[in-house]
Amino acid sequence: MSEGPSRRNFIKASAIAGATLLLGGMAGFPGAASQGHPHSGSTGRSKKKWVMVIDTERCDGCRMCTEACIEEHVVPSGWGEPSFQGVRQTTKTAVLQKPEHIGRQEWIKVYNTGEDLGPPGDKGNFLPLPCMQCVNAPCVKVCPVNATYHNEDGLVLIDNNRCIGCRYCMTACPYERRFFNWGDPSQSYTQEEKAKTVFAESSPEFPVEHKRGTVEKCMFCAHRVKFGKLPACVEACTKAGMKALYFGNKNEDVVSNGAEILKLSDLLKSRGAYRLQEDLGTDPNVYYLPPRGK
Amino acid sequence: MIELKKGTIPVEEKAIVNPLQTTGMKYYVVIGLLASVVGIGLFAYITQLTQGLEVTGMRNRVMWGIYVTNFVYFIAISMAGTLISAILRLTNAGWRKPITRIAESITVVSLIFAGSSIVFDLGRPDRMGHMLLFGRLDSPLIWDLFSLTSYLIGSILYLYLPLIPDIAYLRDSSTGISGIKQWLYKRLSLGWTGSEEQKKKLERAIKVMSVLIIPVAVSIHSVTAWIFGVTLKVGWHSTIFAPYFVSGAVFSGIATIILVAAIFRKAYGLESFLTLRHFKNLAYLMMAGNLIYVYFLVSEFLTMYYGGEPHDLMLLNAFFTGEYAIQFWTFAIAALVLPLIILAVPSGRTILGIVIAAVLANIGMWFARYIIVIPSLSHPFLTEGWNPYTPTWVEISITGLSFAGFALVLAIFAKLFPIISMWEIRGEQEGIASQESQHSIGPVGEIARDGGERAT
Repeated sequence: MSEGPSRRNFIKASAIAGATLLLGGMAGFPGAASQGHPHSGSTGRSKKKWVMVIDTERCDGCRMCTEACIEEHVVPSGWGEPSFQGVRQTTKTAVLQKPEHIGRQEWIKVYNTGEDLGPPGDKGNFLPLPCMQCVNAPCVKVCPVNATYHNEDGLVLIDNNRCIGCRYCMTACPYERRFFNWGDPSQSYTQEEKAKTVFAESSPEFPVEHKRGTVEKCMFCAHRVKFGKLPACVEACTKAGMKALYFGNKNEDVVSNGAEILKLSDLLKSRGAYRLQEDLGTDPNVYYLPPRGK
Repeated sequence: MIELKKGTIPVEEKAIVNPLQTTGMKYYVVIGLLASVVGIGLFAYITQLTQGLEVTGMRNRVMWGIYVTNFVYFIAISMAGTLISAILRLTNAGWRKPITRIAESITVVSLIFAGSSIVFDLGRPDRMGHMLLFGRLDSPLIWDLFSLTSYLIGSILYLYLPLIPDIAYLRDSSTGISGIKQWLYKRLSLGWTGSEEQKKKLERAIKVMSVLIIPVAVSIHSVTAWIFGVTLKVGWHSTIFAPYFVSGAVFSGIATIILVAAIFRKAYGLESFLTLRHFKNLAYLMMAGNLIYVYFLVSEFLTMYYGGEPHDLMLLNAFFTGEYAIQFWTFAIAALVLPLIILAVPSGRTILGIVIAAVLANIGMWFARYIIVIPSLSHPFLTEGWNPYTPTWVEISITGLSFAGFALVLAIFAKLFPIISMWEIRGEQEGIASQESQHSIGPVGEIARDGGERAT
């Protein structure tokens, strides 16, 4: 399991988190209302601003990022969520795609830009969509109970012990990157997965104990990155040989895909990076590099 | 003590009190039918509670369905009470008096079922208290919580205040009623004796409430609109939504009053109180509501169409000829076109014609909310085409629960309390000469002319 070596710290952090939550709850309304979620906001300590850069030139649509994500987070069923269409059937995908992952929520979903988003006739590019971790996040704004919030590193997290399941955040998200547990999340699990959800410590940073009637999404693997590891999708992409996903800290101006380390500002400038639906003013933290010479 | 003693009930008032004292077989049949629909709905809700929202037709893209549609619908008809009781009271429109109680009770009951529709929609109804514990003032849902509770409390007060003299009257004049009822009337009448001082205080309280309730009513329709308007969804993100919803509320609120008044008139034999004159005046108000709604709709669609943004055009296409054409045209024809045609023709303005128009408007306006809530979610923002949504039996049963429950609560209420405000009518008849001039200030000049007209 990924959080193995730092497990003690993790449990400690969760205990502190739990205590804070309890105190926050005891403070009650309207005191709590003005303070927001106990984990939220900037304390000034954090020097991090996590960003993801996705090189669409390199992405071949193998969908290994999605597979790794489902595995890492034991993502529940998608309850009829339209699954990825038009997978390029490389030998790699045929071998690696797990049948029990079919029909799961795809927190990082790979779209075929030709068919879904791109100009007519363009069949060439793929567009992986994780949560954009917007700075001006529409979902955070509308939550009636502060169950979704920015942590101090700017990540949008969800406290599934607080979420009331109104799904207002889902209507607000312009990227359709939020998912609801319509039924019992464990119904689609294998034995191994069930064990993982039971034994692992769950928190908003790693909500592995999925709950019925609450909203979930990608959280940039907050539980991994805080211990210096790359998100599961980035790791998987590099492992599969694509190296299309980069992850890094905007404040330090550096991103890495695990194989190379690049200067973020140079990369974005030289490749003409863009963000999805920038005109909406959501200020997303996911950048896309358009393919060159096509 | 009130002047009217036992055995001296005037003939007219007897008609109002009668249904409270004698209950026919028909009443029990109706109550039984409504209760069984509610029962089926409760069974559906228990199913939903045990299995989760997966038993509904909602999924990750269309994540709000007919529960939210019902919520918007019930919020809208809550406009009834405020409009008839507060606005017409402040403008001294005397004809409102036999309808006020019906309108006010519609408001209270519809707000109860609007609130419950939201509870039905929640994934975690057990955590409802989080809205109070952790409520976040930036969220329109919290605005709605505040607005709804204020409006509900205000409306209950506003229903209750004018009831006090009538309850006292029942306390004093009713014979042979059960001990529970006697106790209820005694408690609720707050020792009302009808003294000048009490009357003065009551009038003052009602006047204050009728001024206070109007901004609260406007706020609830606006806030409900903003729940949708503040998001970035195509078709929702519109500055026009708040007044658009207020006008829709006026329209469907009046339509509901007409329908409920017609049912009570028939069931309780209130023909001499609820006359063609009242229905006509309500019909004129409904027409006005209809026209204002059409105006907003045209304004909304024209700007969407003229700007020509692809997503806007896609949505309009879905309405006119595409995925949501059936729902859209049901709404447009039933709510906008047919009522207007029926009411515009003088021969259509009989009680029957007006009631038909009101029924059509109610059905149509439910679809109006459907095409506001669902197509914008179903519309593909980024992805593979329109997302499907079909309500399941659970959602339909719970919708049945809401509507049957609405009728059931109204029916029980009307069994305990007079559905027509007796003391206000009495006041009207006493002061009819002095108020004659004020009557004609009412929204329609025709009132005075067909004042004596009776239903055929």
